Amino acid sequence: MTHNIYLYIFVMAAVTYLIRMLPLALSKKEITNQYIKSFLYYVPYACLAAMTFPSILYSTASLSSALAGLITAIIAAYRGKSLLIVALAACVAVFLVERIL
Amino acid sequence: MKTKDYRNGLRDGIAVALGYFAVSFAFGMETATKGLSILQAVLISLTNVTSAGQFSGLGIIAAGGTYIEIALTQLVINLRYCLMSFSLAQKLDRSASNWHRYLIAYSVTDEIFALDASLSTSLTPAYHYGITSVAVPGWVLGTLVGAISGTLLPAFVISALGVAIYGMFLAIIIPPARQNRTILLVVLSAMGLSFLFSILPLLKKVSSGFVIIITTIVIAGIAAWLKPISDESHKGEA
Repeated sequence: MTHNIYLYIFVMAAVTYLIRMLPLALSKKEITNQYIKSFLYYVPYACLAAMTFPSILYSTASLSSALAGLITAIIAAYRGKSLLIVALAACVAVFLVERIL
Repeated sequence: MKTKDYRNGLRDGIAVALGYFAVSFAFGMETATKGLSILQAVLISLTNVTSAGQFSGLGIIAAGGTYIEIALTQLVINLRYCLMSFSLAQKLDRSASNWHRYLIAYSVTDEIFALDASLSTSLTPAYHYGITSVAVPGWVLGTLVGAISGTLLPAFVISALGVAIYGMFLAIIIPPARQNRTILLVVLSAMGLSFLFSILPLLKKVSSGFVIIITTIVIAGIAAWLKPISDESHKGEA
């Protein structure tokens, strides 16, 4: 237990930064390979979808309020509302359900 | 043009900052219970800007783990940023210098990447910096307030704010999924696969960072194989 907390923080920060920096610094040419281009085109959708579900179900105090937030967000997003409006609508839905139940 | 991009970034970053505040508030409270000082808590948030990585790192610090252990954990949990940075490298304005690349890398997070990726044009550093200028203060401030007092915000407010980030993700992926059937299938199968990881006995043991990496590679890989994009559609969303 003689570890230095600041050294821990430095190691964490250095590893995390390198992971983010190396691909940006090293891949500069435009990729022409059709498969890789297609792959990168789909990456954000697959990635964001995987991060959202099922995590959203555990993001609030109860499953019912989380479901209310999820459904509200889907409806608002489907209607093309802006990011902030969708996020706030989901928050309000969670708040209301937790107050009522 | 540059100031306009920056201002757009500031505007879009507000939702991110809001969600960040809630999550980093919880992180701040956690550091207090693990015996870290306020300065240390704020320093972690300022230098790492990553929720899952910070929470797991905190656990290792509290348990007195080795430096190798903390380095490896960060590598695994944060490896998804590698994919995101690679994707951004393609989207980034060709004229952006190396210095911009080094700076942008600082704040490649799930949420900021999501906004960068949702642009229909190429990404200018100014837009990314705009988001960063509100999102990172939200992240650091939440940590500070959380570390100072775990009772400042009532629990129901924290709970309601917790959903904000996911609402934002949905706002980004649903509109294009409405118009493009392949994207819709990508979204649904990625959600399905990550859901399987959360309920199946053996897969359950896989860390959340790995689940995202595996799901992204498998689903985007299959989609690219079955439905390669044409050059025109590449100019569109994402």
